[in-house]
Amino acid sequence: MSSADSSIQAAEPLIRARGLRKDYGSFTAVDGIDFQVNRGDSFGFLGPNGAGKSTTMRIIAATLTRTSGEITILGKDPEVSGPEIRAHLGVVPQQDNLDNSLTVSDNLFVYGRYFGLSKKFIRSKIEELLAFAQLEEKRDVKVEALSGGMKRRLTIARALVSEPEILMLDEPTTGLDPQARHILWDRLFRLKEQGVTLLITTHYMDEAEQLCDRLMVMDKGQIMAEDSPANLIKKYSTKEVLEVRFGADRNAIYADRLRGMCDRIEVLPDRVLMYLDDCEELLHQVVSEGMHPTTSLVRRSSLEDVFLRLTGRTLVE
Amino acid sequence: MAPTDLGRKGSLKIVDLPKILRNGSFYIAQARIRTMLQWKWSILGEALATPVFYLLSIGIGIGKFVNSHQSTGVDGVKYLTFLAPALLAATCVQGAVGEATFPVLEGFKWHRGFFAMNATPISGKQIANGVLIAAMARTAFGCALYYTALLSFGGLHGLHSLWLIPMTLFSAASFAVLMMGICAAIKNDDLFLNMVQRFLIMPLFLFSGTFYSLSSMPKFLQVIGWASPLWHATELGRWISYGHHLSHAAIIFHFTYMAIMSLVGIKFAHHHFMRRLSK
Repeated sequence: MSSADSSIQAAEPLIRARGLRKDYGSFTAVDGIDFQVNRGDSFGFLGPNGAGKSTTMRIIAATLTRTSGEITILGKDPEVSGPEIRAHLGVVPQQDNLDNSLTVSDNLFVYGRYFGLSKKFIRSKIEELLAFAQLEEKRDVKVEALSGGMKRRLTIARALVSEPEILMLDEPTTGLDPQARHILWDRLFRLKEQGVTLLITTHYMDEAEQLCDRLMVMDKGQIMAEDSPANLIKKYSTKEVLEVRFGADRNAIYADRLRGMCDRIEVLPDRVLMYLDDCEELLHQVVSEGMHPTTSLVRRSSLEDVFLRLTGRTLVE
Repeated sequence: MAPTDLGRKGSLKIVDLPKILRNGSFYIAQARIRTMLQWKWSILGEALATPVFYLLSIGIGIGKFVNSHQSTGVDGVKYLTFLAPALLAATCVQGAVGEATFPVLEGFKWHRGFFAMNATPISGKQIANGVLIAAMARTAFGCALYYTALLSFGGLHGLHSLWLIPMTLFSAASFAVLMMGICAAIKNDDLFLNMVQRFLIMPLFLFSGTFYSLSSMPKFLQVIGWASPLWHATELGRWISYGHHLSHAAIIFHFTYMAIMSLVGIKFAHHHFMRRLSK
């Protein structure tokens, strides 16, 4: 087999967007963003619901037209060369859309045919993918009988049937239990090691930290920041954070006294966050000033803190 | 731990785009047929039971009553002979409409399978074509069984009656494509299927000259028949089956009507499939 679209092979970077915008009537879902993704990147879109992540992903997936701006995927414009681009993408949507009436292996077989792959190739590929997704024993089971985690793994396996250049995952672990999430992260990490370019949207900061080399933090259709997870934390937060709780009606009262003791303070409805590189010392100081929080916690700064700094909002609201 | 080395060659080497552009519709049709085969026994049972029950109750039961009161029969032939081409057309149209409504609503709304198909190089047009091909394959299967039953019950005679099958499928396709477009366009499917069955399929079945000649109806009800592909198929079917009188102009008109409906319908379906998938 050979690919007819040889012009696609030399494309570098894989994805480049300039002034990308998508409006739905008077609502702007994506507001003139610029970004680029290079081969082998594990690139994450981080933001709350409605930030514009999924819309951006659908434009990249060549299934949604943009309102304005420019974008090329593998060197081609998705509005001109949709099928050529989609031939090299593996897409894992937010909601599983497997064929519930077919078996696990039939789902993989049918999907492989949509890429024009030969029956012989798909049959051997199914073996690899079932092993990859740890679904060998479910091969002849109908999809409707699978658990949520198994369906998610099958959806990822299905997206890999054509050995795509870019694997796009839209909130891959939303709704899964912690164990299922860790199995999925492991599978995705293996793909990353094999050099597959990953594009991930998530509103889970731990997922973004685990899987992404580079992150684009989005809110209200705009890019708030873009860098590696470690650099984002270094740039926009302190090494440590002290979380103190005085009770919902007293947090704001204490906040005024706490403000001068650290680099920055965030007052949330249920707790006060205090930012400083050494928070153990800070906690001692808070107590020695006669303030006694009902609970306290010293932790590492996370992407949640970055997001809070950039937007004034938490990721999961 | 199971082996997980995927031994990648990469999509740039293994995906054959021209092949997909050429055969994509058939890949969709194959997938639809694979899904249908999950219910092969109920499909077979329905395809066998429908003609047998209809022919026993209406064709033979009512036919005996009609023939005993009218020595010349209806349109110069026995009632069953008069009825047979219309029943074949009505069953095929209903079957095709069923296959053009449920899977389209399922693909866009209930399980969103069309969005999974469209995430591959397959286009909206190819998905619509594939669904139509699969719908017509199932309709052809049902049509062949119904045709055999009509032959067995003496409603059809001679090899020339085989022409009924392609003509009837043509009329069923002309209606199916229209329904596919409507199903792709609608946002809210609450009660939609009930409305289609009660206010579209049933009136067409009753007012398309199926059980009696359309000319015996009041003019305002004849309009329903003129608009319906079922009446055009019934008229042509009776002409093929037992030589029901039709002028050359009428024959051309009936075929042209179904051809125009098919062309407009497929354009309409393509437009709404692509529109829905890009929203």
